[in-house]
Amino acid sequence: MSEKPVKWPWPLEWGQTETVETDVLVLGGGAAGCFAALGAASRGASVALVEKGATVSSGAAGSGCDHWESAASNPCSRISPEELAETMIRAFSRYNNGISHYIECREGYDRLIELEKLGAKVRDTEDEFAGADFRDEATKLLFAYDYHNRTTIRVWGTTFKPALARGCRRAGVRVFDRVMATGLLTEGGRIGGRIAGATGVHGRTGKFLVFKARAVVICTSRPTRLWLFEPELPGISEFRPFPCSGDGHAMAWRAGAEFTMMEKSVKGEWSGLRSFPPYSTGNNHNTWYACDMVDADGRKLPYVDRDGKEIADFAGRFRPAPGQRLYLKGGNEPNGAVYEVQGADTLPVDELLKRGYRLPFFADLTSLPETERKVIWGMMVGEEGKTKIPILRAYSEAGFDPARDLIQSYGDGWKSGAFLPQERQLFGLPGGLFNDWNLMTSVEGLFAAGDALFASNCFGHAAATGHYAGRHAAAYAAGRDPVPPDEPQIRRERRRVYAPVGRGRGPGWRELNTTVARIMQNYCGAFKSGPLLDAGLRMLADFRERDAARVTAANPHELVRTLEVLSIMTNAELVMESCRARKASSRELEFVRLDHPEMDPPEWNRFVTVKLGREGLETGSAALDYYGPLAEGYEKHNPADKQKGGER
Amino acid sequence: MKKTARVTPPAPAFFPVVINPEVCNGCNRCVEACQCDVFGPNPEPGKPPLVLFPAECWQEGSCVDACPRAGAMRWVRPPHQRVRCRRKSTGEDYFI
Repeated sequence: MSEKPVKWPWPLEWGQTETVETDVLVLGGGAAGCFAALGAASRGASVALVEKGATVSSGAAGSGCDHWESAASNPCSRISPEELAETMIRAFSRYNNGISHYIECREGYDRLIELEKLGAKVRDTEDEFAGADFRDEATKLLFAYDYHNRTTIRVWGTTFKPALARGCRRAGVRVFDRVMATGLLTEGGRIGGRIAGATGVHGRTGKFLVFKARAVVICTSRPTRLWLFEPELPGISEFRPFPCSGDGHAMAWRAGAEFTMMEKSVKGEWSGLRSFPPYSTGNNHNTWYACDMVDADGRKLPYVDRDGKEIADFAGRFRPAPGQRLYLKGGNEPNGAVYEVQGADTLPVDELLKRGYRLPFFADLTSLPETERKVIWGMMVGEEGKTKIPILRAYSEAGFDPARDLIQSYGDGWKSGAFLPQERQLFGLPGGLFNDWNLMTSVEGLFAAGDALFASNCFGHAAATGHYAGRHAAAYAAGRDPVPPDEPQIRRERRRVYAPVGRGRGPGWRELNTTVARIMQNYCGAFKSGPLLDAGLRMLADFRERDAARVTAANPHELVRTLEVLSIMTNAELVMESCRARKASSRELEFVRLDHPEMDPPEWNRFVTVKLGREGLETGSAALDYYGPLAEGYEKHNPADKQKGGER
Repeated sequence: MKKTARVTPPAPAFFPVVINPEVCNGCNRCVEACQCDVFGPNPEPGKPPLVLFPAECWQEGSCVDACPRAGAMRWVRPPHQRVRCRRKSTGEDYFI
């Protein structure tokens, strides 16, 4: 392979500017972004979509998605959207986004049907799983986890993004692939001013883009690479896709939008060289639920219900425990499910070792009923993101036979590596943009969907909130004259964007990202304190001035990577400010303040919010039920959208 | 404003994608499928894509999935990701 410089393979347009006008501008072309574009277009708005990678494959679900959660309005569900959303809120001690998850529960299934109409596969049309416990014979839908209550649907997610990209094209959405959104434009260029559009830079040509828009929807996932960075293999630093660097968070923060729960982080579960690719090792969670597990001597590990009672029959793993209404997901995850919704799981590792079981453990697909084996290995492993080629095809080519072979497990739960307490990530319903019932942020005209929202997760949530935010953005845009963009703000952003290009020698983006991760591990690790966070923020400011101000980029692609790390630095500041603002520890938020050790004192059982105001940082708070009764709130803000649901 | 751009592709390490230049016809579908923009089109039409930024691969396989020619692009698991499998009937271990 060549190590000589090669000619840049794309035409260069450094310094050229393209201006685009649109009613609704969607930033990010993953599941949420594509649905936001479709939602806005369905209301007659002109729509432009900006995607850093390729809409056909971008986003966390770009390469697949194996199950669709919270489809409470599917015809087989035994749980109403209201009950499911309330249960999800309680399952996270109310540190959850009641609005977005209610939208997910209420509209998620409609979005799945919309995907099917766009050509995606959502049911077992070939009768491959006829007669299986998890299949509804009338609708041919397949369910996962709780087979009794049937709110989670197994899906063929490798078909989703191509269908969505096609759908966007058909709906007349103007798609700008390979363009990184860099900053928001606001009225008069002011922090907190009404939204006027956004800027971008093309990652192949270097062209600068100005988008004038009446409304903007942020669908750029959540920050990554804050604590975890793998300089040798940056592409697999985190579970979420490498290009998901939290650019939307950073630009919204700079524009004065309000965030909440950004103090929450969890110990790393998956990263680069520390663990195996997700779903590629033996386990019995998530995609692999509820696989048989055996110990080193081939002894089957017992499954128990939430009361520790052994479950004798295989089908019992997929039923709520006696006296239990429903369970969410399977197993005791993420990070310890609350009793109310805890599903069946194998005994904890400590307990197994006490009882004489020997490590290592293996997943044993061989002993499962045939339909269960085929649905885990072949459908779920195959349709889930990052499994079709790297696992299903590669393992099959290497001779793995699920009917005859075991695979070793390298960690508990679905994890396949061990992490230090300061190696953290935003995972398991982390913080994000604070939203109202229109999914609008605190900046007028700026909406958010998917993982950009606080306490968000999963494809169904991204799809439902995306479409909803798109519709509301279109309604907002329809009633207003555009805000003229502020020319000095555009010039400032253009200078900021191109600054790394013209410089001589200086650090590269990897050195920057490595340093941010070191600062976060040292000053914002598992144990926080006011003085430590102050030092971290000062260290970050010093680093910004001395090193980041000299960062260089030699081509448009490197420029995008560099701007990403500048986003990451801004997000590090956002996280540290959020940690400083909550002066109490919290179990649910996995947040330990050494200087405020009391766990969850009642006066702090609130959402703490942070934003940049014109005078600097502004902190605030909101009640954990600030959104009010769910169905009532939804209907008040969506008078025209009577839930159809239940479509077969 | 700068008028040039340069890139020095490093030797790919741990890169899981292997291209067979005998089979690849340079259609560049992999170039367009990659969300990390790891590849670039070969300046010579019909030739395999350039691997410009292999370390940035998210390792999800969109490129291989998009490849229309059997055998042109193969997924080779980096050695550090090898896992132990066991044939249940014999107890014999193997690594993939």
